[in-house]
Amino acid sequence: MSQELRLTREDVERVARLAHLGLTDEEKEHLQRDLSLILEAFDRLREVLTEGVEPTTHLVPQESVLRPDTVRPSLPQGQVLANAPETRDGFFRVPRILEES
Amino acid sequence: MEILQHAHELAERLERREISAEEVTQAYLDRMERLEPHVHAFLARTPEQALATAREVDRRRAQGEPVHPLAGIPVAVKDNLCTEGVPTTAGSRALENFRPPYSATAVARLHEAGLPLVGKTNLDEFAMGASTEASAFGPTRNPWDRERVPGGSSGGSAAAVAAGQVPWALGSDTGGSIRQPAAFCGVVGLKPSYGRVSRYGLIPFASSLDQVGILTRDVTDAAHLLEVLAGHDLADSTSVDAPVPAYRKALQAEPRGLRIGLPVQFFGDQIDPAVRQAVRQAVDRMAEAGAEVVELSLPTVEHALACYLVLAPAEASSNLGRYDGVRYGFRAQPDGRPAKDVTEMFLATRGEGLGLEVKRRILLGTYVLSAGAYQTYYLQALKVRTLIRQDFERAFEQVDVLATPTTPTTAFRLGERLERPMRMYQSDLCTVPVNLAGLPAISLPCGQDAGGLPVGLQLIGRYLDEAGLLRAAYAFEQVAGCRAAVPPLAHLGTGAGEVTIHG
Repeated sequence: MSQELRLTREDVERVARLAHLGLTDEEKEHLQRDLSLILEAFDRLREVLTEGVEPTTHLVPQESVLRPDTVRPSLPQGQVLANAPETRDGFFRVPRILEES
Repeated sequence: MEILQHAHELAERLERREISAEEVTQAYLDRMERLEPHVHAFLARTPEQALATAREVDRRRAQGEPVHPLAGIPVAVKDNLCTEGVPTTAGSRALENFRPPYSATAVARLHEAGLPLVGKTNLDEFAMGASTEASAFGPTRNPWDRERVPGGSSGGSAAAVAAGQVPWALGSDTGGSIRQPAAFCGVVGLKPSYGRVSRYGLIPFASSLDQVGILTRDVTDAAHLLEVLAGHDLADSTSVDAPVPAYRKALQAEPRGLRIGLPVQFFGDQIDPAVRQAVRQAVDRMAEAGAEVVELSLPTVEHALACYLVLAPAEASSNLGRYDGVRYGFRAQPDGRPAKDVTEMFLATRGEGLGLEVKRRILLGTYVLSAGAYQTYYLQALKVRTLIRQDFERAFEQVDVLATPTTPTTAFRLGERLERPMRMYQSDLCTVPVNLAGLPAISLPCGQDAGGLPVGLQLIGRYLDEAGLLRAAYAFEQVAGCRAAVPPLAHLGTGAGEVTIHG
C-alpha cells in the first residue's frame, strides 16, 4: 500500500477485540483502509470552534418518571426463551465462562 | 380512476361500502405477488393474516360497529419493526429466525386501527445503508430502473409504495432512511420529529437519531397515517407527551403567507445540477403563487455528515452489543464444533452473523468511543451537534419551513458505491442534519432528471410542528405540482396498470 493509513492493522484488531467481532484477514484489510479514509473525513470536524459549547446528548429533556409500584403482566418465561439458541431448565445456556481449575 | 389509488380515496370507497376491505386487500396482495419477482421489496409476506384482519373489519362494518376511518387499507412495515409472531430480521443473518414475542407500538397502532399487515419490507442490515444492498437477503430494485438502487435503508418500503404493491408503508429514519429512498423512488417520505412516534419495538440503530415514519403516494395519506402513529407512549422514555393535532385539517393549498427558507449550504457543488434545478423550479412556482422565499445560511451544517458519522456508529456499537448469540438470534459454532468458551462463541457469532457494513460501523463507533479518541471525536461531535441545532433554531425565527434537495443525486446503479463507503454515506448529505437536530422533514417528488429518474425535494419544519410542515408540503403538492408519478414497472402484467378492485 503506497498511501499511509491512519489506522494500523493492530488498531483494527484491538478495536475488534473490544467489540467482540471476529474478522477474517480480508475483512481486516478492508476495514483498515475504509476506517482510515473515514477518519480522514473527520479532520475538519476537529477544526470547528466549540469552546464553551454544551454537548447535545439528548434531544428530549430527560427526567425521571415515577409510576405506581404495582405488579403488571410481563412476558411468560416460555415466550422469552423461545428465541434462544440454547436453553436448559428455564435458563439461557452458554458455553463455559470460567476456566476449569 | 387513477392508476394507483391513494389510501384516503380507498377509505372513502370503503366508507361508502362500494368495496370491501377483503377486496381491497386481495387486490393489493395479487399485485404484490405479481410484481415481487421484479422488485424484491419484501422479506416476509403475511397474506393470511392480512385477509383475516380485512374480514374482521368487514364484519364490524356490516354489523354497524365503530371502525377506524382507515380500517381495511393494507400496509407494509419495514422489517426492523417488531411484529408479534411474524419473523423480524432487520435484514440480518443475526436475526434470521427471530419471531418477536411482542409488536412495536407503531405496529400495534396500525393493528388497532384495523390496517391489514401484508408483509415486512427489505432494508439495509440494521438500517445501516443508503441502497438496501446491505440486506443479508439480497437487494431491492428501483421500480423506475431495475438496474438502480431504491435508496435505503427503507428501500423495500419505498419501492413497494412506488410500484403500488401497497398504498403506504412504515419505515425508519436515522440519517435519511425514509426520505432518501422516497426521493429515489419518487414517493412521499415523512420523518416526524424525534419523539413524536414511539420507538418501542423498533430495533435500534442510533437511539438519539432513530425515528419511525411513513412512506405514501401523497401528502394527505401521510397526514392520515401520522394521526394513527403519533402520540406519547409510556414504553418509550423519549416519546414526547405533547398533544397530537388533527393533521388532516392542517392541509391547505395556500402558498400566500408561507415563508420558505433556502439554506445556501444545500445548493452547492456537491448537489447535481439537475437536482438543484428541479428543486429551484418548485420553489419558484411557490414564489409566483405568493410564498415568500429567502436565502439564508446554516454555517455548521457543512460539518453535519462528519458529526453524524461519529455519533451514529458510536450509538450503534453499543446498541448492537446485544447480538451475542445468547438470548435470541443466530449463534455460530466455530469450525463446526461447540465453542470452547463464551468469548470464542461471541467472536464467531458476531463475525458470522453480521455483514461488512455493520462491522464497519461497529468498529468505527467502538474506536471513537475508545480511550484517546473519545475527546477528539465523540465529545467534539456532540458539541458540533449543539451548533447545528442552534443554526436551525435561528433559521426558524425567520421562516416557516426550509426547502432543500433531499439527495445530492438521483438513484445510482446497483454496486456502484458498495466498495466506496464514503460515497455511499454522501447520499445522506442533505438529510442527516435534520436527524441531528431532531426536526420533522418530508421528501416530496419534484420532477425527474434527464434520465427520467425521480428527484426529491425536502421540506424541514420546526420541532413538533408536523402540522405546519404538512401544510407547506400540501401547498407544494397542489400548487407546485410535487406529485408522485407512476414508474414503468407498475404497469407490468396489467392492461391498464390499474389496481383492479371490483365492487
